[in-house]
Amino acid sequence: MSLSSLVIPVLLAGVAVCGLGHRADVYGALTHGAEEGLTVLLRVVPALVGLLTAVSMFRASGAMDDLSSLCAPVLERLGIPPEATPLMLIRPVSGSGALAVATELMTTHGPDSFVGRVAAVMLGSTETTFYTIAVYYGSAGIIRTRHTIPAAITADLTGFFASALAVRLFFGGT
Amino acid sequence: MAMTWVWTGMVVLSLLFGLMNGTLDAVASAAMDGAQSAVELSISMAGILCLWSGVMEVMHVCGLSDGLARAFRPLLRRLMPQASRDSETLAAVSANLSANFLGLGNAATPLGIQAARRMARGCGGIASDELCLLVVLNTASIQLLPTTVASVRAAAGCETPFDILPAVWVSSILSVCAGLLMARLLAAVGRRRP
Repeated sequence: MSLSSLVIPVLLAGVAVCGLGHRADVYGALTHGAEEGLTVLLRVVPALVGLLTAVSMFRASGAMDDLSSLCAPVLERLGIPPEATPLMLIRPVSGSGALAVATELMTTHGPDSFVGRVAAVMLGSTETTFYTIAVYYGSAGIIRTRHTIPAAITADLTGFFASALAVRLFFGGT
Repeated sequence: MAMTWVWTGMVVLSLLFGLMNGTLDAVASAAMDGAQSAVELSISMAGILCLWSGVMEVMHVCGLSDGLARAFRPLLRRLMPQASRDSETLAAVSANLSANFLGLGNAATPLGIQAARRMARGCGGIASDELCLLVVLNTASIQLLPTTVASVRAAAGCETPFDILPAVWVSSILSVCAGLLMARLLAAVGRRRP
């Protein structure tokens, strides 16, 4: 028995017992949350159909490899796999687009490959920057965003670089 | 509109590269396979995604969100001293951050918008330093369990989809810190050169 197989059952049981301790309707909350998960999925499926079609075509045509090898000299020096180029380009603009590209990377290279892991970590540690900025400033009536965009882009770029670094740190790989 | 350009660009480029490289057969079948795999993937990740969304909701009713929000307050008082003077803004910002932390995006966004509107009052459409900080915090991901990513990994055939957690945390922390530092730095530069 490994430590990681202990985590999930303990987490599930612990959360349930904790909820019971607070006299919360644990099962009701669980199913309500699962319903939320389904609405997330429902919102993402149509976009995923469109984008996975485009991403698959893009890879099959050979354009993806050309784009990757174009950025390879810079990225390799930073330790970022060039295959992740399309993911980094689309991440700040579209959440479902990034999900489609990352999914394609994980299935093509394998979820436990270096590229697959870096794609997963990039997806998990960054956000849809421009969408978020548009939503917040749009509803708050802000016209001059000042230094928001450069600071947010700095966070994204650091996240991309740190993803590759962290995967190499925890899993090794080239 | 941006995605219209991205999608059209990708499809047109695929056609051109397909013609150029002689890979048009592969492009044609990839289009069909892509659409099909999108639905297959969605179905195979549905169970895990729903389960973890449910668990996060239970954590929320357990009072974990409130506890987290309380824990964030001292930190926020230092990061945003002006906004923290208004207790309702402080409450909205800390609830926004704790919802983000638990990956409850649907709960986080309205709270964050509420905070942003309060902070934007009377500043004539110009973002204050602290409002920039709030938005930068929201454009950087700070998530305890990236459930969507884990679901995709599991759907792609990974047996331990959560083994990337430490790497995600390290990367998130570095990214958030870089964003905050840059925001601080640029705010200071902006003050010196009005």
